Amino acid sequence: MRPLVAPSVSVLNLGIGDFAATARAGGARAIHLDWRPPAADGESAWALARLFGDDSDKDAVGSRIDRANREAMSRLLDAQPVLVDVARRASEVWPDLGRTILHAGPPIEWGRMCRPMRGAIIGAILYEGWAGTPKAAGKLATSGEIAFAPGHHRGAVGAMAGVVSPSMPLFVVRNAARGNIAYAPIADGGGRSLQFGVYETEVGDRLKLIQRFIGPGLKRALSTLEGGLPLKPIIAQALHMGDELHGRTTAATSLVFRAFTRPLLDAGLDRRTVVAILRHIQSTPGFFLNLAMAAAKAALDAAHGVADSSLVTAIARNGVETGIRVSGLGERWFTAPAEMPSGVIVPPYTAVDANPDLGDSAIVEAAGLGAFALGAGLGLVTAVGGTAEAALDLTRDLDSVTLARNPAFTLPALDFVGAPTGIDVRKVVDNGVRPAIVTAIAHRQAGLGQIGMGLARAPMACFVGAVAALARALGAAS
Amino acid sequence: MPIRSLVKADLYKDSVALMRVAEALTALSGVRRATLLMGTQANKAILAEAAMLTPEAIAARPDDIMAVIDGANDAAVDAAVARMNELLSGNLAAERGAAAERAPRSLALGVARMKDANLAMISVPGAYAGAEALKALRLGLNVFLFSDNVPVEQEKAIKELAQRKGLIVMGPDCGTAILHGVPLGFANVVRRGAIGLIAASGTGLQEVMCQIDRRGEGVSHAIGAGGRDASEAIGGITLMQGLDLLAADAETRVIVLLSKPPAPAVAAALLDRAAAAGKPVVALFLGGDSAMVAGRKNILAVRTLEEAAERAVATLRRRATPSRMTRAPSLAGVKREQARLRADQRGLRGLYSGGTFCSEAQLIWRDLGLKTRSNVPFDKDLLLVEGQKGIEHAVVDFGSDEFTIGRPHPMIDMTMRVERLLKEARDPAVGVVVLDVVLGHGAHADPAGVLAPAIQKAKAEARAKRRYLSVVAFVCGTEQDPQRRSDQENKLRKAGALLASSSAAAAWAAAEIAGFGKNMAKR
Repeated sequence: MRPLVAPSVSVLNLGIGDFAATARAGGARAIHLDWRPPAADGESAWALARLFGDDSDKDAVGSRIDRANREAMSRLLDAQPVLVDVARRASEVWPDLGRTILHAGPPIEWGRMCRPMRGAIIGAILYEGWAGTPKAAGKLATSGEIAFAPGHHRGAVGAMAGVVSPSMPLFVVRNAARGNIAYAPIADGGGRSLQFGVYETEVGDRLKLIQRFIGPGLKRALSTLEGGLPLKPIIAQALHMGDELHGRTTAATSLVFRAFTRPLLDAGLDRRTVVAILRHIQSTPGFFLNLAMAAAKAALDAAHGVADSSLVTAIARNGVETGIRVSGLGERWFTAPAEMPSGVIVPPYTAVDANPDLGDSAIVEAAGLGAFALGAGLGLVTAVGGTAEAALDLTRDLDSVTLARNPAFTLPALDFVGAPTGIDVRKVVDNGVRPAIVTAIAHRQAGLGQIGMGLARAPMACFVGAVAALARALGAAS
Repeated sequence: MPIRSLVKADLYKDSVALMRVAEALTALSGVRRATLLMGTQANKAILAEAAMLTPEAIAARPDDIMAVIDGANDAAVDAAVARMNELLSGNLAAERGAAAERAPRSLALGVARMKDANLAMISVPGAYAGAEALKALRLGLNVFLFSDNVPVEQEKAIKELAQRKGLIVMGPDCGTAILHGVPLGFANVVRRGAIGLIAASGTGLQEVMCQIDRRGEGVSHAIGAGGRDASEAIGGITLMQGLDLLAADAETRVIVLLSKPPAPAVAAALLDRAAAAGKPVVALFLGGDSAMVAGRKNILAVRTLEEAAERAVATLRRRATPSRMTRAPSLAGVKREQARLRADQRGLRGLYSGGTFCSEAQLIWRDLGLKTRSNVPFDKDLLLVEGQKGIEHAVVDFGSDEFTIGRPHPMIDMTMRVERLLKEARDPAVGVVVLDVVLGHGAHADPAGVLAPAIQKAKAEARAKRRYLSVVAFVCGTEQDPQRRSDQENKLRKAGALLASSSAAAAWAAAEIAGFGKNMAKR
């Protein structure tokens, strides 16, 4: 009761706004909160409230969550993702892959997939030589002879459709701090690429080029670098060069180009391979995105599986549903219908042509990059249709749903404050702030490719579901 | 008779803001009923009960406003919808302007902004209020919980946690409090002083502090506990914390403890605590057995709100305690009112916005040997049933749930009371109607301005039937209140009301006018 006898009354008011004015008239300081119901009903709100920690009550359920989150966050922030290898083909990494095609987002069967994802799968079947024509490929995909699984279930992440088939080379990123490994395919070009659902001949040719020359060449080059290529310093530097590491990876891609030049020359590769690799990196401004994603995945996988933790360890979209995973809630996905991104769409297309939110790339947001670092990526701002001030505001806003600021990834435009990192499902629901995601926008038809850039939000229902599951798991549900 | 419903998506407003809009719409001609509610499950149930739950409303989310307007014709409803949109967007624009620096969305963010915050003031819908209080306590904040309809298990959980953490939860359903001179909720402007109050009664607390102010003394702290605190389930946790706090507070020299009759075990614990306070405690368990309180060291038992103030002031001034206030000083004008009533006009009516006043009147009239029916009776047999014939005396608490669900509180919206006043004027057996007028922050800006014309009209209707109708009013408020007590009293007096100086005085005066005064001596 000491606080009540304290000489001053400092009030946080929620509900009736006039009460704040009344208290101020009496000499108190008062802030009126912009409060909204944090849940659909009182019971869920009470269950959520029981999940908040208390510095002076170690036994409170919420305090257990806070302790778990501290552990999970130290694993996330201490991660040291290093590009250690390029696997020649996915089937070497996973010998049991068979005729499985990996895709982005939470699990989804062929019948419910969006068209860009189906297009990418048709392209992958043609590339694997399992069928000779798009029509036959489509038939095969429907037949049940091909298995589909989320890349996330094998530690892999891919942009947009996120399609990985057995012959595709993969980046191998190892978290040196804990030894866990994440994978990502090599970006196959810009907007008219497989991952946007385009399966024309040029796309197939480029995939073959990657398989035959670029993958193996990068593998040889990497082998000349002792310990591989550390990705954290590249990301940190790129944030100071105008990238936010999702929609814009131009600076990071340039840094990788520079980092690979000497090893490519040292590796004793033929000139044709060296030229093909450098030309591919040069002509693919988003080349680094897949590396950023694998780095994020390696860091977040390390933070996954801490009992009681409410940290989001993955956000992924399959173009129909968006799903999240939570460190303390096992392998379960909490899903909701994917939302439409909003941003700049290139004419002649308009918003009605856009596909709902798609891709594993939101893994970078879960790791505190992309929209969470938009204050650094001001170069991207006009491309997503905003202002610099709005971008800084967005990053500030997202600070309210995160657990820490990453001292390794700092934002120049915000006086070098660390990027807000580590999404807490409790805070998302309590503050009513949905994590934002920088995203490319695909045409909803297969074959038309990228039509724009913009921002999407992860659906609130994913977080509400996770909070409810956490409450049940910890016996805090009412 | 069109009823139209619409949903304003993603536009959260607090219930008072919505009630103000509803009130403004109801004032338009041709509008019978206008309801604006947020789209929560509880609110949908309310609409369903009123047969107003349309498919649009069913689809509304908690962040959406459900609006239902019942009008005489389409034109009236159209006009009401237009006005509603104007009022809602007008408010929104104003809020945007004020939120240039963005307001925090949650208590946790609020604490991040205001590091030394020590009190959360919560008036969100009851279904969510307990959860916010729990979060506030976890953050180390005391809680003023204005919201009602908080589940009793939640009240128990938060109060027990508060107790463990050395924090206090005032409420739920705590209408008012004053801490260090800072008014919380619907508070009156009273001077600061040496009398500390702890109460499980909102309007009762207001009346006692206004009466203290009128006697030239002031309030150190006024702590509300919420109407359920003294129940067995809660065990008087806040009342006891409040007693301890006032006992330890250097500013406080006399304590007033005010509650409905507590559960027996709670009463005993409270009185032990009060006796050990080391300061005089004036105790009022309204409706309780006074023997329970009597004969304890340090504790002065009283029977009315005004007497509680009078005793506290006298004790503070170390005057001999006044003789027991068994009746108010006879009001000038009582005799004149009495003379104008016909012999068969003996019915008493109390139309209250304050629940404690409604209880107090029942007790005072019971002591006079009268049977008083009420929507919140002390004795279940005296439950007032609408449309009941042959009622002798009745008091109505218009702040009770059946009147406030989906409507503004009667301290803000006097429509129901005005309608009832006119109805009572048409009853030939009714002689006297008592009205309370509550002032202070949060109350109507000019309640007497609304009631005065209604009083005139009621009197005119009685006159048309060759009867007189006596109206006794009292103002719970101070000269410093925004509405200014003397201004309000003058308006009521001009309309023909007899003004009483307190709630108890009004009840006594009404009884005397109706010819029951002679019974008083019997007490």
